[in-house]
Amino acid sequence: MKKFLALALSGVMMLGLLAGCGGGGAASGEQTGEKIVKIGVFEPTSGDSASGGKKEVLGMQYANVETPTVTVNGEEYKVELVISDNGSTTDKAPSAASNLVDAGVALVLGSYGSGVSMAGGPIFNDAGLAAIGVTCTNPNVTAGNDYYYRICFLDNFQADVLANFAMDKFDADVAYLLGETGNEYDQGLVAFFEQVFTAAGGTVIKKSFPTNNSDFTTYLNEAKDAGADVIFTPVSIAYATQIVTQAASLGITAPILGSDTLDDNMVLEAAKGTDIQLFVSTFYQEGGSPEFDEGIKNYINTNSTAKDSNGGNDTISAVTAMGYDAYYVALEAMKAAGSVQPEDIKAALSGVTYTGVSGAIAFDEIGDAIRDTAYIKTANTADGTWALETVQTGSAS
Amino acid sequence: MIRKKSKKGAFIALTCVVAFLALIVLMENLTALVPGAPAVFKPTSQLFVVLKKTAVYALAAVSMNLLTGFTGLFSLGTAGFMLLGAYTYAILTVPMASKDQVYYLFGGSAVKFSLPDLFGGADTVPGLVLGVLIAIILAGCVATVFAWLIGLPVLRLKSDYLAIATLGFAEIIRAVFQWQKLGPVTNGANMLKNFPIFSSFNIKDAGGKVILRLSTFVPFLIAIVCIALIVMLINSSYGRAFKSIREDEIAAEAMGINLFKHKQMSFCISAFFTGIAGALFAMYATNAQAKPFTSAMTYEILLIVVIGGIGSVTGSCLATFLYVACSEWWLRFLDNEIILASGLKVPFLRAGFRMVVFSIIIMVVVLFFRRGIMGTKELPDLFKRKRKEGAK
Amino acid sequence: MEYIISVLLSGVSVGGQYALIAIGYTMVYGILRLINFAHGDVFMVAGLMGIYLSASMPLYVALPLVIVLTAVLAFCIERVAYKPLRSAPRMSVMISAIGVSYLLQNTATYITGAQPMTYPTIPFLSDTVVIAGTPTKWAVLLTPVLVLALVIGLTQLINHTKVGMAMRAVSKDFETAQLMGIKINNTISATFVIGSLLAAVGSVLYFTNYTAVTPTIGALPGLKAFVAAVFGGIGSIPGAVIGAFIIGICETIIKGLPAAWDVSVFSDAFTFALLIIVLVFKPTGLFGEKATDKV
Repeated sequence: MKKFLALALSGVMMLGLLAGCGGGGAASGEQTGEKIVKIGVFEPTSGDSASGGKKEVLGMQYANVETPTVTVNGEEYKVELVISDNGSTTDKAPSAASNLVDAGVALVLGSYGSGVSMAGGPIFNDAGLAAIGVTCTNPNVTAGNDYYYRICFLDNFQADVLANFAMDKFDADVAYLLGETGNEYDQGLVAFFEQVFTAAGGTVIKKSFPTNNSDFTTYLNEAKDAGADVIFTPVSIAYATQIVTQAASLGITAPILGSDTLDDNMVLEAAKGTDIQLFVSTFYQEGGSPEFDEGIKNYINTNSTAKDSNGGNDTISAVTAMGYDAYYVALEAMKAAGSVQPEDIKAALSGVTYTGVSGAIAFDEIGDAIRDTAYIKTANTADGTWALETVQTGSAS
Repeated sequence: MIRKKSKKGAFIALTCVVAFLALIVLMENLTALVPGAPAVFKPTSQLFVVLKKTAVYALAAVSMNLLTGFTGLFSLGTAGFMLLGAYTYAILTVPMASKDQVYYLFGGSAVKFSLPDLFGGADTVPGLVLGVLIAIILAGCVATVFAWLIGLPVLRLKSDYLAIATLGFAEIIRAVFQWQKLGPVTNGANMLKNFPIFSSFNIKDAGGKVILRLSTFVPFLIAIVCIALIVMLINSSYGRAFKSIREDEIAAEAMGINLFKHKQMSFCISAFFTGIAGALFAMYATNAQAKPFTSAMTYEILLIVVIGGIGSVTGSCLATFLYVACSEWWLRFLDNEIILASGLKVPFLRAGFRMVVFSIIIMVVVLFFRRGIMGTKELPDLFKRKRKEGAK
Repeated sequence: MEYIISVLLSGVSVGGQYALIAIGYTMVYGILRLINFAHGDVFMVAGLMGIYLSASMPLYVALPLVIVLTAVLAFCIERVAYKPLRSAPRMSVMISAIGVSYLLQNTATYITGAQPMTYPTIPFLSDTVVIAGTPTKWAVLLTPVLVLALVIGLTQLINHTKVGMAMRAVSKDFETAQLMGIKINNTISATFVIGSLLAAVGSVLYFTNYTAVTPTIGALPGLKAFVAAVFGGIGSIPGAVIGAFIIGICETIIKGLPAAWDVSVFSDAFTFALLIIVLVFKPTGLFGEKATDKV
């Protein structure tokens, strides 16, 4: 029995190696005659940030349907998306990244969440693949990694915008800051917000809740008790829906400010029919490009998988628009490089400029996007839609 | 890796291990030597990522096996000790030059030195080797100190109470390392990065071109040395004492074995190697952050131990490879929609299906192959019986 | 003052939810000596079923159906994953429980598409009521009452019915009970079914309060409920309930402590520290019976 098992085991291992060979070998589909270029999508489709990751992928998929080919140097290539799930955790990210490298992609888009991007970054770096971060806003993603670029703004910029907005719009003196313990995104934004807000003479009350926490009533009551003028919670989607519904049932009147993660239809759904004032800073405002809005809504409504990924309705999240733009930036990079080889694309990427639905995109010397505007939206709680509040500019330091 | 019964056996074992390490180096450099090598041997291939993770998790799994399989102590503190190891390693090896950038929220680090820099920097051979080696050993030591402290109260507990208490300990440790007030040391919620990683060990020429790749060899070397030490311990008189505790605590005590002392010893040694596995994990993931060290990670390693066979060192190693390769490599195609040539869509395939299939496989193993793939046997045992049968 | 009341109210609310899960834990542990890691995930599945069923049928049909289906699920889990391992070492069963938990979480991720789902609003339970200036939901007030009723009901069941007697016998001595003609498999199944019924009821109350359901939402309340069960003395139902309320209230107080101390991070850690302390100094918990080791 044992011997049999050992034999079976070695058989499985051999098969696996062969499967690996087979998978890695196919770099382009010569059999059909058409040329194929693959774009890697490095996104979480399971785990904590899957909800956001899937919406980002949705934008890329729509862009792929809209523009399935790219003409590079006079030759037409069919663009194929290769999606690799990084599971939202840094221990799964390296293998997900190398999976894309194996698939022979020309460049990589993603990821939602900065931690996984930092964990996957060195793999892309080693393989000489350029990666375009879509909504990873932590400064350390691009710093120290030549191959990582991003098209979104940074944590410090976003916090600056929101802190200024809080002071301009609400004359806020006291801000209640709530973030998840051990989440670099939340804590980074909270820290930058505190810097800006206290420098302008405000006071902050800063709290962190433990991971997987569900009861936020204590925190919200504390904010109410302390007379907070605004509540700033740059948390991930599941927590945000909890906070919004619980704030609604507690009758919290202080406005809730959120970062780009709160720009999500689940959060909007939670705020619908309540008296909550919810403001989020984001990359894109629905209506910014009517053509894109109409196209993607049509795509979502005619494709049940897409609708599921979008949480069951057709409200467009900013991350979807960002994913859409990232895809076109990738195509631009290929055109500019005049080649589909990773090294050529990487060389050309720094100089790529593109005006997408979320605004003009260009890269600075670190690889960060040069952006100075953020949209601030407010939830229209009566009919469950977003309304543009203001367009805010800020400094990135 | 192999239970040494005689000098000859030891020699064979050593040869096998050296041959295995040589094979790893060869595999990694195959593309440079043979231009037409299969794509799976490309240095960027997923095979090597999986192998690196295998080395890291195998060490963690064998350490856990030392406790559960050989001493009969059911501890679920693995993730906590790995976290301690990963952080110790990372804190001590972040180069001075990148401290300000890494600790950007806290205005620099409170740890005003960096081990590789003390020996001439991570770019030089002594700086890299000595710095990393000392940091790894210290990572193990820190985990040991904590294990000793927590062992004092909890090791008196019985089986599943011990499990839940150590699980709780791991959660406490994670909360402490995520505390923003310790930020100048632990970097709070932010990642520690830029420290030497596996690919820092690749030998490069003056132009920065890689001559000899050692990035997979290094984790294997460290893991194999550690596992060999564990095997030697298991085969020593201490190991026999551990096993007698596993079989029957009361009988063992009656035979004059100091129960608590031996349990504490096994617990600390296991924590030491788990700490080293944590340091290796930080090198594998190229960053250290408390977030992934959850109970889910402990469960993964526990499942590896169970699949490999509780009480089998080689079983744990094999199971690690199978587990990592299955969950992160071979089954990946299940996550994507496949449309067959006939235009038929394969049902069920979409994001998340891989993990469903994988957890079903695990349940099947747990229920139907209760003793795991190796039981309490070791790899050489399989060949021994064959030889005996042949002699008949 | 209002703030203190609101913190206590939150504590009672959290504690009540833990209590409902903890009863299931303590009953299963009392009988099988098994830390049923999957119990928290059964709770999560009950929440998901509530969402999916209430989308397609009226609530008064959906909710009872959720409770029935949860019981069926727990029964199946016991029969498939735990029964075959009855003679195996305790550790194997626990690993099987971890496997089931893994399977349930991954299946939930697959089915929900990893989106956080929103629990439907239930009339009356979701309505707001103001107590001493603090608004809260009826579900919060109802939970302790319900828990109390359940504790009384269950103690009656265990002390005065045939099934209850069988449960007590099985938990005292597995083999002897079998020799006395007790159908242990049925008794164990009954225990699982009762435990899961409570988890299903708990899920309705819990998710009415905290409306987002994610695949991993059951894990942490599950673990804490186990801590509560240990704290109260494993096997003792009133003990588990009291333990749950103490843990829930302590946790909320820690969350509510002044921000300058920055200790709200440790609200979970506190629960586990408490567990270690209880295990070390009073392993039998507040109301547990002293167990003797047999050679």
